[in-house]
Amino acid sequence: MRASISGAWVLAFGWGPKKKNMTDYQIILEQVVFRRGQRRILDKISIVIPRGKIVAIMGPSGTGKTTLLRLIGGQLRPESGSVRVSGHEIPELSRTQLFNVRKTMGMMFQSGALFSDLSVFENVAFPLRIHTNLPDDMIRDLVLVKLQSVGLRGASQLFPSELSGGMSRRVALARAIALDPEIIMYDEPFAGLDPIAMGVIVDLIKTLNRVYRTTSIIVSHDIPETASIADIIYVISDGKVIGAGSPKELFEQDSPRVHQFIKGLPDGPVPFHYPAADYEEELMRDQDADSWS
Amino acid sequence: MLSRLRRIGQYSLVVLATLGRAGHIWWQAVWRKPQLRNLPLVIKQIYQLGVLSVVIIVMSGFSIGAVLALQGYNQLVKYGSESALGLGVALVLVMEIGPVVSALLFAGRAGSSVTAEIGLMKATEQLSSMEMMGVDPIQRIIAPRLWAGFIVMPILALMFSIVGIWGASLVGVDWLGVHEGAFWSAMQDGVDFKSHIMKGIVKSIVFGIVVTWIAVFQGYDTIPTSEGIANATTRTVVYSSVSVLILDFFLTLVMFSF
Repeated sequence: MRASISGAWVLAFGWGPKKKNMTDYQIILEQVVFRRGQRRILDKISIVIPRGKIVAIMGPSGTGKTTLLRLIGGQLRPESGSVRVSGHEIPELSRTQLFNVRKTMGMMFQSGALFSDLSVFENVAFPLRIHTNLPDDMIRDLVLVKLQSVGLRGASQLFPSELSGGMSRRVALARAIALDPEIIMYDEPFAGLDPIAMGVIVDLIKTLNRVYRTTSIIVSHDIPETASIADIIYVISDGKVIGAGSPKELFEQDSPRVHQFIKGLPDGPVPFHYPAADYEEELMRDQDADSWS
Repeated sequence: MLSRLRRIGQYSLVVLATLGRAGHIWWQAVWRKPQLRNLPLVIKQIYQLGVLSVVIIVMSGFSIGAVLALQGYNQLVKYGSESALGLGVALVLVMEIGPVVSALLFAGRAGSSVTAEIGLMKATEQLSSMEMMGVDPIQRIIAPRLWAGFIVMPILALMFSIVGIWGASLVGVDWLGVHEGAFWSAMQDGVDFKSHIMKGIVKSIVFGIVVTWIAVFQGYDTIPTSEGIANATTRTVVYSSVSVLILDFFLTLVMFSF
């Protein structure tokens, strides 16, 4: 590994004048290749995430944003390349070592992924009960503080089946921050939230980052909300980084691919369609010849 | 011919890979130092898998015991040997029907629910979120269910046999008029703890291990969709039932050799 590394987009594009020490980066993905079947989801992708910053990973659906989070969390192994988190080479860790590293991470899943047999209170208390020896009354206070921060203290005795999608995600956020982790990964944190809840979550991510110097990684499609809090945004498409920089730099970039994504234009160099055979040819093809018909 | 060979080869590889994954889960769940703090989880699973299966075990045991007595009496009375009814029913229940039928019932009631529960946890990313919290789902979810299955299966099989014998006595002694002393004393003389009851217990322990292992593996390895969970649940019941019946033959063969 190189002794020093340039700014956020050096690894992505191989250029950039800024010099930074390796220890300034909490997460470094270098030349990562990940494949599902024959399809390359990530194609030699390189991303650096500085310590204590809010970094957003954006891009069209199906471009491997959630896969990136799962690679960082060690739930998936890359075909090749390096995934380094807090100095640990994630794919090379043993199962026990991996679980120890994960204690410093929190992840808010897109679906919430709450434990259906536990109440909201017990869901948030779960990591505290497992990883700490705190007395019950202290756990109670901590859980109530976390739930208060997402506005769901009053729902503490409800079960996940009684919550809406947005509420589930807020509880998932409270659970993700229960242990005050060094790294928090947010998978689509704003999807399905009403404007008030969205504002609260945006503020909460910002506050967590400012107060605890948490490194935050946000995977999102919501450009205005994400751009309002992110320090660095990576735009990925077709398994590659097509743009990176601060929100301001990104909005000013000339790249047509970045421009198309930021402006939400249907036509442009970023493909809207999943790779497929020619449309007209497929429609005209004799159905009997299709193996799936 | 060549394509058939290739298909057989591919299928064999899939079977071997599946067995490898199942063995890996077994290894990680059972051959690790048990954690004392997981004891409440094992107790909860003993309730879920064992206590909640008691009703079906008792009802089935009673019915099968009663039917065995009715059928046995009709045959034995022809030879004036109805006093052997208690012995016959007890041996059949303790050594064969008790362990086998209770394992089949256990696979249908508890095994299927374990598979569906774990499969649904996988589909709703609960297992993934647990992993991301630094909690090993194999230790937290799989291991307690495996241990609970090992513990409850022999107890359920014994319960099945006891209730079956009671059902047989009600039909044989109280209804059909077999002499009560002959019914019970023949059983007392003929049924040996080491030669008969222990063999039944060993069988039920093996069945408990196999059925629970299949159930947790099918849940953990399921394709996380509604169809995947449905297929996994079906596979649990089918594979468990077939395994129990095949294993019963080989275990009986081995036990008769000693």
